[in-house]
Amino acid sequence: QSTLVVAEHNNEKLTPITLNAITAASKLGGDVTCLVAGTNCAQVVEQISKVQGVKKVLVAQHDSYKGSLPEELTPLILETQKQFNFTHICAGASAFGKNLLPRVAAKLDVAPISDITEIKSPDTFVRTIYAGNALSTVKCNESVKIFTVRGTSFEAAETEGGSATCEEVAASSPAGVSEWLEQSLSKSDRPDLTSAKVVVSGGRGLKSGENFKLLYDLAEKMNAAVGASRAAVDAGYVPNDMQVGQTGKIVAPELYIAVGISGAIQHLAGMKDSKTIVAINKDPEAPIFQVADYGLVADLFKAVPEMTKALDQ
Amino acid sequence: MSGRVLVGVKRVIDYAVKIRVKPDNSGVVTDGVKHSMNPFCEIAVEEAVKMKEKKLIKEVVAVSCGPQQAQETIRTALAMGADRGIHVEVSGKDFDLLGPLQVSKIMAALAKKEDAQLIILGKQAIDGDCNQTGQMTAALLDWPQGTFASEVSLEGDKVKVVREIDGGLETIRINTPAVLTADLRLNTPRYATLPNIMKAKKKKIEKVKPADLGLDMTSRLEVLRVDEPPQRLAGVKVETVADLVAKLRETGRL
Repeated sequence: QSTLVVAEHNNEKLTPITLNAITAASKLGGDVTCLVAGTNCAQVVEQISKVQGVKKVLVAQHDSYKGSLPEELTPLILETQKQFNFTHICAGASAFGKNLLPRVAAKLDVAPISDITEIKSPDTFVRTIYAGNALSTVKCNESVKIFTVRGTSFEAAETEGGSATCEEVAASSPAGVSEWLEQSLSKSDRPDLTSAKVVVSGGRGLKSGENFKLLYDLAEKMNAAVGASRAAVDAGYVPNDMQVGQTGKIVAPELYIAVGISGAIQHLAGMKDSKTIVAINKDPEAPIFQVADYGLVADLFKAVPEMTKALDQ
Repeated sequence: MSGRVLVGVKRVIDYAVKIRVKPDNSGVVTDGVKHSMNPFCEIAVEEAVKMKEKKLIKEVVAVSCGPQQAQETIRTALAMGADRGIHVEVSGKDFDLLGPLQVSKIMAALAKKEDAQLIILGKQAIDGDCNQTGQMTAALLDWPQGTFASEVSLEGDKVKVVREIDGGLETIRINTPAVLTADLRLNTPRYATLPNIMKAKKKKIEKVKPADLGLDMTSRLEVLRVDEPPQRLAGVKVETVADLVAKLRETGRL
């Protein structure tokens, strides 16, 4: 039994969801190996070799790994698999993992399992279907099990105390059928949505993008990330990468404050594992109140500034 | 590029229907429940039809895999502007076991048979939420993939794709033939108008079976059970902001 975790990173830093994937891999039993493929990723190799639970780090460096294109990474993973014969291959269920692992799986004629939330045994996994409205327990009879891991369902592995060995692997020859051009990441001083301890989200009730400033002010007091419902994104108030929900990001912070969000199923799927949920909405019938630990029926344009002020005291 | 585009369309439980798990935990209730085209597939169809309207491609072929009812979904795609349909007949136990890997094999086989230059699929279906079929179809064909697309432009024999990624957007350029998967912001799908629904009735739907394509539909995944998710207990209503902040402080959340 041995598991390969495909590390996600930007050549400088390991993406946090990789740590959750490492925890999932450790739960399977057997050795955990991480593959770091990049253009110049020594820093990432150093970080990941200290992560608890990681036995070995495989490193592949080549210019063709720029942008982590699946057409380039897939042949590398296939070569690695040929050499080491892992029983499991996994990655975080992020845009990176979701893009890459199914491609690897199809090449191995294996049905992958997406976005697992629980490991019952080395061949049996739980995942959500129908936007979180049902849980499916799936037994995988493939010789190699390939899956992506929902970050919020597994703790992050400790980033200190490990001492993995490193091994260079030969880079695969470039496929050259795709080209990474650019990335435009939303810049923000606030914490990242998927790893923040507190998330404040706004919905259509905010009425405009400008009004999100109310949430930014509140978030600043709590060192919170700011999210949004799909309705707010569709209305053009905020960019899509702020979307919390089945088709956006799945979050599970300690405190989730839903402001002016009615609570469509789609949105609940993305946040209902939060430890404490607060809802502020002027409609007492809004479905969000059915999942909220604390509900405040109030006009958000009064309640939010009031709360921001109250936190100063 | 001036070729043929295959679009995958899946029939799923309508997004507005409340999902109920069967009492025997074998799956969710589908009998007597309203079904529609998967919303992401609608976006895929729209994108292909727009390409045809701009004369960037010649033909849009809508493909659906499933029992007889799959034809309704194909008709919807035809009413939106697809030129013809292919119904891949899969029913009974085979349909129960039909997963993204099997569908990818079907799509890849049809792409070769039809000499397609582009396959456009939704990024995921709202029933299984797998988000795999596009990536796997691309792998089986050894084509590049432009997944989670929010903007697609054809540039000669290449496609420029703006992709939705976790922190924002990313732009890639890929060779054709290629597979694209549609994210929510790619476009707003049109409604089929009555005249177009009438016209769609005359469009051709060809029937094929996986065996005709030389495909083995074996699945090595077994769904052991399907459960209701744990319900959150409704909490308490607080009267004022001061109450709320006090409660959060009491419980250590602030």
